[in-house]
Amino acid sequence: MSWIDICSVAEIPLRGARIVKTSVGCVAVFRTDTEEVFATSDRCPHKGGPLSEGIVHGRKVTCPLHNWVFSLETGDAQGADEGQIATYATQIVDGRVMLDGSELTASVAAE
Amino acid sequence: MTQKLIIIGAGMAAGRALEHLFETAPDAYDVTLFNAEPRGTYNRIMLSPVLSGDKNFQEIVTHTAQWYEDNNVTCRFGETVTNIDRAARTVTSDTGETLAYDKLIIATGSNPFIIPLPGHNLDGVIAYRDLEDTNAMIALGDKPDAKAVVIGGGLLGLEAAAGLALRGVDVTVVHIMGHLMERQLDEAAGYLLRKALVDKGITVKCSANSKEILGENGKVRALLLDDGTELPCDLLVMAVGIRPSIALAADAGLATGRGIHVDDQMVTSDENILSLGECVEHNGDIFGLVAPLYDQAKVLAKTLTGEDAAFVNKDVATKLKVTGCDLFSAGDFADGEGREDIVFRDPARGVYKRLVIEDNRICGAVMYGDTADGNWFFGLIKDRTDISEMRDTLIFGPAFQGGAAPDPMAAVAALPADAEICGCNGVCKGQIVDAIGNGATTLEDVKAVTKASGSCGTCTGLVEQVLSVTLGDDFVLPAAKSVCGCTDLTHEDVRRLIKSGELKSQPAVWQELGWTTPNGCHVCRPAINYYLLADWPLDYADDPQSRFVNERNHANIQKDGTYSVVPRMWGGITTPEELRAIADAADKYAVPTVKVTGGQRIDLLGVKKEDLPAIWFDLNQAGLVSGHAYSKGLRTVKTCVGSDHCRFGTQDSTGLGVKLEKHLWGSWTPHKLKLGVSGCPRNCAEATCKDIGVICVDSGYEISVAGAAGMEVIETQLLCKVATEEEAMEVISAMTQIYRENAKYLDRIHKWVAKVGLDWVKEQIVDDLENRQTLAERFELSQSVYRNDPWAEHAREKAQIYQPVANLTLEAAE
Ligand code: SRM
Ligand SMILES: Cc1cc2nc3c(=O)[nH]c(=O)nc-3n(C[C@H](O)[C@H](O)[C@H](O)COP(=O)(O)OP(=O)(O)OC[C@H]3O[C@@H](n4cnc5c(N)ncnc54)[C@H](O)[C@@H]3O)c2cc1C
Ligand code: SF4
Ligand code: FES
Repeated sequence: MSWIDICSVAEIPLRGARIVKTSVGCVAVFRTDTEEVFATSDRCPHKGGPLSEGIVHGRKVTCPLHNWVFSLETGDAQGADEGQIATYATQIVDGRVMLDGSELTASVAAE
Repeated sequence: MTQKLIIIGAGMAAGRALEHLFETAPDAYDVTLFNAEPRGTYNRIMLSPVLSGDKNFQEIVTHTAQWYEDNNVTCRFGETVTNIDRAARTVTSDTGETLAYDKLIIATGSNPFIIPLPGHNLDGVIAYRDLEDTNAMIALGDKPDAKAVVIGGGLLGLEAAAGLALRGVDVTVVHIMGHLMERQLDEAAGYLLRKALVDKGITVKCSANSKEILGENGKVRALLLDDGTELPCDLLVMAVGIRPSIALAADAGLATGRGIHVDDQMVTSDENILSLGECVEHNGDIFGLVAPLYDQAKVLAKTLTGEDAAFVNKDVATKLKVTGCDLFSAGDFADGEGREDIVFRDPARGVYKRLVIEDNRICGAVMYGDTADGNWFFGLIKDRTDISEMRDTLIFGPAFQGGAAPDPMAAVAALPADAEICGCNGVCKGQIVDAIGNGATTLEDVKAVTKASGSCGTCTGLVEQVLSVTLGDDFVLPAAKSVCGCTDLTHEDVRRLIKSGELKSQPAVWQELGWTTPNGCHVCRPAINYYLLADWPLDYADDPQSRFVNERNHANIQKDGTYSVVPRMWGGITTPEELRAIADAADKYAVPTVKVTGGQRIDLLGVKKEDLPAIWFDLNQAGLVSGHAYSKGLRTVKTCVGSDHCRFGTQDSTGLGVKLEKHLWGSWTPHKLKLGVSGCPRNCAEATCKDIGVICVDSGYEISVAGAAGMEVIETQLLCKVATEEEAMEVISAMTQIYRENAKYLDRIHKWVAKVGLDWVKEQIVDDLENRQTLAERFELSQSVYRNDPWAEHAREKAQIYQPVANLTLEAAE
């Protein structure tokens, strides 16, 4: 893993998200709790809704376009809907949010 | 020959290390102990009981003068070491004296962090770390009408505040985060803690930013917050955190990071210098609680006597207690993936418990109000016990005996006969029970006889519950539709309980109303957020994270993720300058579609999120503000040309429309709110299919309500006729407010009026002039907060959050 320092935890609103542009597309970084963050693909598999704009509740997010709900931990759509979003490793070190750079550049490296 | 050992700092860590050393090798070293504080080791943790008056200082001294004498320790208390010369192996103190050592121990602890606010050097600004600080606080208690401000809502700050309050000081806690002790507690527990502190007479301000400490003659006078609030105080306690005290070691060239680097044997980068306590950094960890320091003390003593030992920083869970509040927090209840919560709330007893489970093990626990099982959970965390077998009953603790779930009916059954059930009609429980005794068996019967639930309808649930407890099995409770899966309560119940229980925050609602999820879901959060801001405009701060994307970003999201921007055109009136500014903005931001809306204004469709703050700023320069085309709030006031130009116009319909829009804009309502004002009954502004419509006639204004032209086309019904514009404005304010205060979230006016009946609305705002006026006043109060342009605010203060927080594609390219 190669951790990349993204931002301070405080830059992400509590129960909100910010996006990071990466070579695998926009990644949404969610802050579900004071000291808890998750990263997933920002694109809803339904019709491409920006998940970072959804309402964050518990460890889930609701897509802003048609209310599909996804687990931020597994990426699985909840309830009757079927689909999955990519999830990425995160960690918080000294109040800084870190993403694993090797995952986010993987597809580029493979090319 | 005995070696010379010098110790810098006689804190809790050094004290414990000496005890271990003298146990095994009482004569190995000739010990000299420096301490900047003019005393030896005492139990720093117990300063809080000293502050609160439960203990005196003598009781918390752990190492007395006699102890030092018995162990031949040369004490140099009140003397600060200012320099270490590693080459010469000497230390120099502030008396100028230089002493040689063979081994040196640095145990300087940590320094309280003082925020460098203007005025932080004033007299009366203190930290909470030592006996001097404690005595300063105690002394304040002797002063009549003394006031103190504590900055920092963590453990230390709250201990200071609780102690000061017990000494009769008027205390305000100022905390930068949204809830107290955010590192140890989640919001629900933070809310309960705050409530308990408020009950002790402590004022608590969360999400508050300190700006400046104001002084007078060199002494602190008040704290100024960045919202302009001044909090007068005679003493200001800063308890915002600690920093390892490493300056001395760093100056001597020892390896330091956040703390002084030590290895597993507690040796620094110099083999003759050891270090322990809060000043060290071990494998990247620094320390703030005594348990690991005591382990370090053991290891350090062994290293000094040549025995093998290694310090391991055990992942210890922390137990906390704040003076007088039952609260417990252990382990880690935030970080990490793959975790689940078990939440238990008992609002009646003010109890909250939450367990965080990972891989069938408890990794964290937060408890408030009933912490009896804390140690049991703590044990399960430490032992990493597999809990899959007892999962279902785990939260009830070890003594769980299969107790029944609390009965929601019991509360109603327990109400006395004179308890008021229907506030609108002043009907008590006894009258309903009598009606049932006289043969009423349904809600309709009760309504017909007593009028209960016949008006605003929010007490319907309660009346049904009275029916149910009185009739028993003969009454089948209609299954009320709950807000969402997080609660069994209906919207009406929630609204009623928010008002009656004076619930003023989301955590308060979740806790007091027994929410089953930690923080709601996308269905209930926007509703609760609306109810709170409508009921407590001055106390509750709107939560953008509980809003649907359009309301959070103040623009309508499109199917491709871009946004539409609709500036306000008051009453449909615009100017060449405004039109030019709109055209310029459309050019500058390459807006693909410019459309005239059905609401008499212009829509710029297809704007990128990143451009929103900039386009808003540009539009603002021309005086254009948000049209709230995205909100459950006031949308448009459609007008026709009226008496200014039209040959049939009876009144100035355009002017009234503009006035109404300027009066109502920015307000949040249960669903969208659209108005129309037509200059005559020809009704060119389509006023009779709006939520509120005005038709001007020669003799005045006909105000009608509850229309719509969406999925259903519904004609408005006449509310009243008034003679003057002023009256029309007041009736419409009152109508808006009564709708705001009573309707279920996402009910348009027509849906809500169908439930409560137009007659009730008329009674409230047409017949009852006093009520009309107070409703209009409450609307105005709310507008004092909300009648402003969110675009300007976002362009000014929040532009940053519209941008990606990082761009890794650039980094890769570099
Ligand atoms: C822009 C506009 C259409 C236009 O180009 O003219 C429009 C666009 C939308 N309308 Fe509308 N409505 C627009 C005037 C109307 C009108 C006409 C009016 O206001 O005079 C109506 C019928 C009148 C009424 O509301 O009773 C109308 C009835 C609706 C409804 C049905 C409401 C109902 O109670 O049945 C919805 C759906 C909803 O709100 O749940 C809706 C929802 C929407 C949404 C917000 C759909 C959505 O959630 O994304 C559309 C947003 C498009 C966008 O991305 O900007 N729109 N919509 C009009 C904006 C007016 C403005 O200046 O603010
Ligand atoms: C009010 C309060 C309540 C607390 N409650 C708890 C609790 O409930 N549980 C818990 O585990 N922990 C608690 N703590 C934290 C705990 O007290 C500390 O972790 C512990 O005291 C640290 O010990 P130490 O020896 O490293 O540092 P300290 O005890 O701070 O000792 C360092 C000493 O070094 C002296 N010194 C510094 N520089 C020099 C110098 N250059 N020359 C000479 N002397 C110097 C200082 O004057 C000080 O006396 C609390 C702390 C406070 C203030
Ligand atoms: S009528 Fe339907 S498609 Fe057209 S703007 Fe309104 S909601 Fe969108
Ligand atoms: S695009 Fe996400 S639910 Fe439709």
